[in-house]
Amino acid sequence: MSTAANPGVLCVRAVSKIFPGVRALDNVSLCLEPGRLVALLGENGAGKSTLMSILAGVTMPDEGEVLVEGRPVRFAGTRDARAHGIVAIFQELSLTPNLTVAENVFLGREPRNVLGFIDYEAMSRASGALLERLNLDVAPETPLAALRVGQQQLVEIARALSVNARVLILDEPTSALARHEIASLLKILAELKQAGVAILYITHKFEELVGLADDVAIMRDGRLVAARPYAEIAHAEIVRLMVGREMSPFTVATRTSTGEEALRVESASLPHPTRRGDYAVRDVTLHVCRGEVLGLFGLIGAGRTELLETLFGVHGSRAEARVVVADHEVRLRSPEDAIAAGLALAPEDRKHDGLVLGLGARENAGLACTRAHTRWGLLTPAREGAHVRPLLERVRLKARSLDEPVLNLSGGNQQKVVLAKWLATHPRVLMLDEPTRGIDVNAKNEIYAHIRELAAGGLAVIIASSELPEILAIADRIIVLCQGRKVAEFAHHEATAERVMQAALPGPRSVPP
Amino acid sequence: MKIDPLLSAKRFQSLLALLVLVIVLSFLSDRFLTVENGWNVLRQISVNLCLSIGLTLVILSGGIDLSVGAVLALAGAVSAALLKNGFDVPALGIHLDFTTSGALLAAITVGVAAGFTNGLVVTRLLLPPFVATLAMMSIARGFTMLWTGGLPVTGLPAGFGFIGTGAWAGVPMPVWIVLALAAVTLLVAHRTPFGRHLYAVGGSERAARLSGLRVDRIKVAVYVAGGALSGIAGVLVTARLDSAQPNAGIGYELDAIAAVVIGGTSLSGGRGSIVGTVLGCLLIGVLNNGLTLLDVSPFWQQVIKGLVTLIAVALDRFGARNERLS
Repeated sequence: MSTAANPGVLCVRAVSKIFPGVRALDNVSLCLEPGRLVALLGENGAGKSTLMSILAGVTMPDEGEVLVEGRPVRFAGTRDARAHGIVAIFQELSLTPNLTVAENVFLGREPRNVLGFIDYEAMSRASGALLERLNLDVAPETPLAALRVGQQQLVEIARALSVNARVLILDEPTSALARHEIASLLKILAELKQAGVAILYITHKFEELVGLADDVAIMRDGRLVAARPYAEIAHAEIVRLMVGREMSPFTVATRTSTGEEALRVESASLPHPTRRGDYAVRDVTLHVCRGEVLGLFGLIGAGRTELLETLFGVHGSRAEARVVVADHEVRLRSPEDAIAAGLALAPEDRKHDGLVLGLGARENAGLACTRAHTRWGLLTPAREGAHVRPLLERVRLKARSLDEPVLNLSGGNQQKVVLAKWLATHPRVLMLDEPTRGIDVNAKNEIYAHIRELAAGGLAVIIASSELPEILAIADRIIVLCQGRKVAEFAHHEATAERVMQAALPGPRSVPP
Repeated sequence: MKIDPLLSAKRFQSLLALLVLVIVLSFLSDRFLTVENGWNVLRQISVNLCLSIGLTLVILSGGIDLSVGAVLALAGAVSAALLKNGFDVPALGIHLDFTTSGALLAAITVGVAAGFTNGLVVTRLLLPPFVATLAMMSIARGFTMLWTGGLPVTGLPAGFGFIGTGAWAGVPMPVWIVLALAAVTLLVAHRTPFGRHLYAVGGSERAARLSGLRVDRIKVAVYVAGGALSGIAGVLVTARLDSAQPNAGIGYELDAIAAVVIGGTSLSGGRGSIVGTVLGCLLIGVLNNGLTLLDVSPFWQQVIKGLVTLIAVALDRFGARNERLS
């Protein structure tokens, strides 16, 4: 990767980082060179994020040193790193929701006019060009808050592009992106490489490495276990190095649909929150059976999340739908109604919408049915524990204590707590929105296994995802949404990646007049 | 198993601070560590504690209530006037006289009405709690002036003062009342579904809503509880002074917020406890009392109170950061 003669633009030499009780980074040395992309792989908790934090100036190493062009440096913050042309894009976005897209792109570096005021015109023009390059179809004047997570991520990437970085560090930038957005991002990364930018790219997705990665660096348990040219290593070898053993992709052993309808939805519609006369969900009709896993696929903005929210009563009387649960028509004006009807929703943004981060696993898991845990009106921790502990064990939660704030749990374990919370309500229909976003391979497979196990137990499951392999692997039947409408439906044996993606792409037929 | 809220590390921190303060003060002044002075401190903090426990509920839900001091004054004035003059209902041609408990009930009603209004403004008109209760602070103070004509209500029946100055089994009445209220609030906050939901709403409103909780009702309920406790505090103040002062309770909201914050409750909601607030009130009370005994000027006392608030919150932040890293 680099030699003594060519020290690389940004290097770490023998760095270690120690957190109480854990060596998060152990004697790691790595160099980034101009015009090369290093793919950094490893399971969650392997130390990738810690390494990234050190390179980006967020934290300082406890041992070892950081070198820029061979000279040792000490970054007191991301500002120092930026001054050296090092830009990092974290999964937790650092954008300001109340400012516009353009203001976010140029935050802290606003172009000025002769009077020293912000030159909005120049700012809009420049950010418009960046957005176009990223294939992001929003006006620079749009408030950031009106964008979905995936779109916001692209805005963050636009910001990195606008500073002409020498070193770009990206942490799973594609996890919230739709396929066509991923394609344009990968193209831009290739262009940046051409322009001599050094890139460190953290990812879980091997298909993104092809034609893009020059080197791969693999971490496990805080150590760098391998760093070689991409051409010299096979994917199976990478996986083996990551986990220390061979992995097989998830497959469904048995299809368990009973054909007995658990939920039927007719003509679900939801007006678009900002665009007048337009719909976020339009006339969607679907059903799901007991024991069946229904996949809901669509690109970003297709209305997956909005459809699930509509079914869960989140939009109250703004939404319209005829909903029949187990042969009884129900009116869903609030999540409370939906829960009473036997529905459950694990939302897309589990940190903010699915969990109360300051409460423990036990308290979170019991939250949707606290009244069942009382005696004479008082909560009895023993009752609550007796109810939710078996559920948390069933989803194989790994936590030091059930009272430790869930804030400290990994993404996979947090999702397990959300699952347990809904299992505690004995739902008929479990809806999961992007259940494996930002979760490592092992935890993903565990969650898939749980979902199939629950289906086998008679639960109807709806899983919405923008990851095609995930939907193809787990669903018995796939519904494809595009621009708020249901555009196609496939049984699992009819579904191929090409056919589903073809259906999901907006075609001339669905473009509004 | 659940760690007892009394024993958790953070509680230990403020408890330790309190103990250190008590030990230091008992060396500095021989009048400090006496039984009589102990009751004094408790009597002095009873009003602030009454407001603070209500405010803790509001702050745990992610809100704030600036109107507690003004509502205290209004409730005190209403109860005093009813007690003194009774109430004419011209339409029915009757005259109502109020007993002490009747006056207490009237004060609570005033507090509940103010709190309910706060809750509705926050949940229906969607105004930020700061603005809603700032407006209520002004409205309640204005009504107090209108009701009293800006003059104190004096000449209250003899029995009434007992609530403020009397004692039962050697313990001052206000202390009995407020400790009972604190115990009930503690139970509600930590051992009822409502209390759990309160923490959830303060921690993440969206997660609470998506878990099927009735977020609006919970919010209205905390403002109502805060209002009711302000009403009771109004009676305690009135009974102690044996008169209702239209200027009663000015600035009390700030003392209450200080007590809550010193007690480790986060102003952003979802984190904190009633036990902490009790300790926070005690800390402020002991500090005030001790400094007074040491003849420190009241002006310096204010400066010191401010510094203690800063230090307490800074320590709390620091503790929270370490907790997250471990």
